[in-house]
Parts: sequence; C-alpha cells; structure tokens
Amino acid sequence: MTFSLLLAQLLNGLQYGVLLFLLAAGLTLVFGIMSFVNLAHGSLYMLGAYAVAVVTGATGSFALGALAALATGTVVGMLLESVAVSRLYRRDHLDHVLATFGLVLFFNEVTRMIWGPQPLFVALPEGLSGTIEIFGFTYPAYRFLIIAVGLAVAVGSSWLIHRTRVGMLVRAGSVNPQMVGALGVNIRLLNAMLFALGAALAALAGAMAAPILSVQSGMGEPVLITTLVVIVIGGIGSVSGAFYAAIIVGLTDTLGRTYLPLLMREFASRDIANAAGPALASMLVYLLMAVVLAVRPQGLFPAHKG
Amino acid sequence: MNTRNRWTLSALALVAAAGVAHADVKIGFSAPLSGPVAAVGQDQYDGFMLALEARGGKLGGQPAQVLREDDQLKPELGNQIARKFVDRDKVDAIVGLGFSNVLMASLPRIVESGTVAIATNAGPSVLAGKGCVPNVFSVAWQNDGSAEAMGKYAQDTGYKRVYLMAPNYQAGKDYIGGFKRFYKGEVVDEVYTQVNQPDYSAEIAQLQAAAPDAVFVFYPGGMGVNFVKQFSQAGLSKKLPLLSAFTVDGTTLPSLRDAAVGTVSGAVWDVALTTQGNREFIDSFTTKYGRAPSAYAAVGYDAANLLDIAVRKVGGNTSDKAAFAAAVRTAGSELQSLRGPFRFNHNNLPIQNYYAFQTVSEGGRITAKLMGTPLPEHQDAYAAQCKPR
Repeated sequence: MTFSLLLAQLLNGLQYGVLLFLLAAGLTLVFGIMSFVNLAHGSLYMLGAYAVAVVTGATGSFALGALAALATGTVVGMLLESVAVSRLYRRDHLDHVLATFGLVLFFNEVTRMIWGPQPLFVALPEGLSGTIEIFGFTYPAYRFLIIAVGLAVAVGSSWLIHRTRVGMLVRAGSVNPQMVGALGVNIRLLNAMLFALGAALAALAGAMAAPILSVQSGMGEPVLITTLVVIVIGGIGSVSGAFYAAIIVGLTDTLGRTYLPLLMREFASRDIANAAGPALASMLVYLLMAVVLAVRPQGLFPAHKG
Repeated sequence: MNTRNRWTLSALALVAAAGVAHADVKIGFSAPLSGPVAAVGQDQYDGFMLALEARGGKLGGQPAQVLREDDQLKPELGNQIARKFVDRDKVDAIVGLGFSNVLMASLPRIVESGTVAIATNAGPSVLAGKGCVPNVFSVAWQNDGSAEAMGKYAQDTGYKRVYLMAPNYQAGKDYIGGFKRFYKGEVVDEVYTQVNQPDYSAEIAQLQAAAPDAVFVFYPGGMGVNFVKQFSQAGLSKKLPLLSAFTVDGTTLPSLRDAAVGTVSGAVWDVALTTQGNREFIDSFTTKYGRAPSAYAAVGYDAANLLDIAVRKVGGNTSDKAAFAAAVRTAGSELQSLRGPFRFNHNNLPIQNYYAFQTVSEGGRITAKLMGTPLPEHQDAYAAQCKPR
C-alpha cells in the first residue's frame, strides 16, 4: 500500500508539473527573450478554460473544446501583442507590471460580466471519466491525458527550439536581440509569434485543467505565482529549464504536502504538526526558490552561459 | 433625497399626519459582489431584492431605498462601507455584511452608533458569545451549525472512522471543531490544506489510503468545486460517503452536476424543504434570475421579510435605534422563515433547524433530497457566554 501510494503521489506530482510547464514555457520565453513581464499570462489560462467550457458545453466534444482553447489563446495573444504589449517592450519593467495587471483586472471582469460569478461546468472527455487501477490504487484516467499532453508539448518545444530555424533565431534572440535584428531578421514578427505561441500554450493548460478545476473568473492568478517560481528556478528564458523546474516544483509541492505533516508528527505533537505541517508545506516551493536564488541566481538550467 | 430634504419632508408629514413620520426606510446592503465568492454575495442581494419587490418596494409599508456596496471580501473595505452607511448615508439598517472576517472589521462603528445591522452570511463565535451586542443580528446561522449537524449525522449514521479536511485558516478550524463537538467516533486524520488550493490529488490519494468510513470537508466556493470534482474523478464518490458544509450548495452545484451526486451537506435551507412559501420562493427566484436559488438567496429573502415586520412594529419610526433593534429581535419570532422554525436567541443569533441534504439525480436532474434534521431548533454553543449588558 505504501509503495502504490508513493507511486500515486509521484504521478500527481508529475501531472501538476507538466501542467505548470505548459504555463511556464510561454512565460519564460516572453520574459527571457523580449524581457517582458506578463502578469496577464494567467488570464490566457483562464480564457482557455472558458473556451473549453463553452465549446464543450455546446458541442459535447472535449477535443473541439481544446482546439477552440488553442485558437482563442493564439488569437487573443496576437491581439494583445499588437494592441498593448508591442508598445511596452521598450518601457520599464514596472510599466509592464502595471499594464498587464490592468489586463488581468479587465479579463476577470469581462468573464464575470459575460458568464456571471458562478463557476462553469466542464464535462470530462468521453471515455476518460473512469479510473485506472494501479497496484490496488484507483487513479483518475483523465490525469494520464494531462501527463501525455504535457510531455508531448515538452518534446515538441524542445524540437522547435533546438532543431528548427525559428528555434535558432529564438535562441539567438534570447542572447542578443539587437544583433539578431541587425542581421535582418524581423524581430518584431518573431516576438509576435512567440507571444502568440506562449499564449496558446497557456490556453491549452487552462483547457487541460478545466475538467478538474473550478472554471471561474480569477482562476488564473494563484497558478501564475507558482509559474513565476518555476521560471525563476529553471532560469529565465530557458524552455528546457522550465520543464525540469516545473517537474521539480510539482514533485516538491505534492510530496511536501503529503509527507511533511506526517514527518512532523514524528517530532512534535499531533496538534502542532497539524498546525505547522501544512503551513511549512505551502512554503516549500518558495523556500526552494530562495535557495536557488542564493546559490545560483541565474537559475538551475539557464538558457545560456555567461 | 438628501438628509435635509428628508427631514423637511418628515417635519411636514409630521404636521400633516399629526405625529406619524413617513420617512423612507433606508437600507445599506453590503456583500462580496466581485471576485471568487461573488456568487454568494449576488445570491444574498437577489434574494433580498426579490422579497422587497414582492412587497412593492416597501418595508413595513414604508417605501424602501437600498444602497448597495461591494466589500470585495476585504475587511478594510467592509469597515469603510459600514462607516459610510452609518455616517454619510445615515441608513436605518445595514444588511449583508459579508464573510466573518469582513463582518468583524465592520463591527466597531456599527456597535458605537447603535445602528441595526443584520448579517446574512456570517455568525462568528465571538459575536455569538462574549462579543454579542444588542443591535447586531445574524439572520443566517452561527458558523459552526452546519458542521455540527454533519457531526451529529455521522454519529447517528454510525460511521466509526471519519477523515476531516478543511482549508488552513480560522473558519476551517472552526468547522472541524464544530464537527467534533457532536461526533464521538474515531477521527482518522485531520488535514488542513492551503487556502485556495486548486489541486487536491495528493490529499485524495492519502485519504484513499487511510480508508475511513466517511469524509467530512469544509471547502467553500471554488475550493469545493475543485475538491468534489477531483474526489469524484478518483472514483471515490461511489465507495466513500462525503459529508460537507458550504461545499456543495446552490452556487456550486451547477458546475458540479453528477460529480456531487451522493454527497451529503449540512445546511439550513435547500430546494428540498417543504416549508410554507418555499415553492413560491423557488419559482419566482428561478423565473426572475434564470437560475435556482441557494441558501444564501433564501437568507437574503428572509432578511427583507424580517425587516418588513420590524419596521411595521415601530410604525415606520426607526429613529429610536434601541427600540428598532428590540423590534428586530421580536420580529424574528414572527418571521415565516423559508427555513422552518426560526427565532432569535438572546445573543441575536438564530435558533433554527440544521438539516442534512443529499444531492441526488432524479431523471437526469440534479437536486437535493432531505435526509433528516440532525439538529432541530438548535442553539449555538456560545450563547451561554453572551451576557446581557
């Protein structure tokens, strides 16, 4: 039982990790390459979840819903880039934060005006609503889909960055954007594409999370904070760093939440462990980030050396 | 109408009607109307306005004016709103007052001014016990009540080993405490999770491994949707009875649907009650707002009817605040509450039934079924600490 429980917890950590990766990939690219702080990334996640809720609700097909979420993310990402973000690249980081925080409020209010404050219903995809038995333990089948999609995106983005011309420009742009621009590459177009790609991935994360979470206005903010932790640990601008860091954060958080309170009971009374355990477990990823910042401020897996 | 005009008119009316003041009744309504718990505040407001509308916009025969404010679930904002209602708007009564933390922050000015205040969503233990005041009421519930009902239900049903879960903050601990006050069996484990945690897969795996007879959780709002969905997706809803308070309710049920089927909730109201006027309330609410009402809406509705009786008792003269507060207290006993038997205890909190409802699927429609009344005409555990002053 203990082994199968540990296995289930490792799966939980992996699944949380890949979900974080979908969010972190876009955020780290935009932050690392365009040096743009995008707090509205969580809003794109929320829009993805709403797109799935609406389209799956109307058509009954989760696949169509996920496609709609990708399309929504891409279109909204492109619009955002051309209307707001592209005007802010040259400005200070504080302006980025201010402007994108405004966008967060805007998107939260818009969804509330259109769909109301009540959370929306999203059905599990047909055929994945059951559970899978692993060593006498039941595990929700849908969570395997999340893991599969997350890993597929990780492989795809690794290929895109390391094996294609666009990827080469992205890597070059993250080191020296001025030089890439001087060589005649349309850096503005590249930026717009990257931003839209990041937005689409965020929307995909929202779509994948929609059947297991409460789809409601403001759902993007809590997850954004963890995503920022991930990109700091992984090294800003590094997609592979974001992947490893997302898995590390996912596992740390899940295993910490599970085993830290139990561990504390060995040393302290049950009451104290019950009070301190969860508090400490919720701090764990931030402690990890603090340690990483102290020891390796450039992140564990930085995009480029020096 | 500004205050001076109102006074002039009142004076005129006083002369004309020889002693009967016909001023408007001014109500300040505050609730969380934006953010993650906006659905809760909106239901209270809609319920209140529905009752007011049914009375032709009048309370106790006097034209009523309702000022609405959004507290955003922020205590400091609740405090400001209470000050605004008391000092600037000079309202006759404040209704709503949001969640416990917001209510507690709003109290100082309300207590000082003596203005009648009627909470429709909170009944913190302090207010029920040592900190009770004559002009502050909760028409809703004492916070522990629903959890106590579930504890009693678990005890009566004969569950031997129960697993408890709640968010790691004061209310979470209060609910677990309330459950344990009436449950005498073994508590397998008490798990406190982060506030607003989205994913419970790790905790659900632990819970599954512990194999208890039943689980009791308190996860309000979006947290409840997350937990119940994931609990059901892990295939546990068929194996393990899930008891809850403020987790599966009218505001979360539309997004849970089948995932909530089988769960049992402790509550003061649900659509399954056959109390007088309940059917009409559900129908008119559904027609007007296009959704089913929740317990929050029912309490808002009761609050308006309570004020109607109280204003009538003082003949529309709400200027004597102490007399008006006393009228609200006695109005409680006359209120035909949607929840069944209702009256105010000496601490101004309700003595009422706490029910157990099960979410069931009837011909594809998800609704609630009454399982019993674990705590009939229940008074809270703190009333004894409330000393008259």
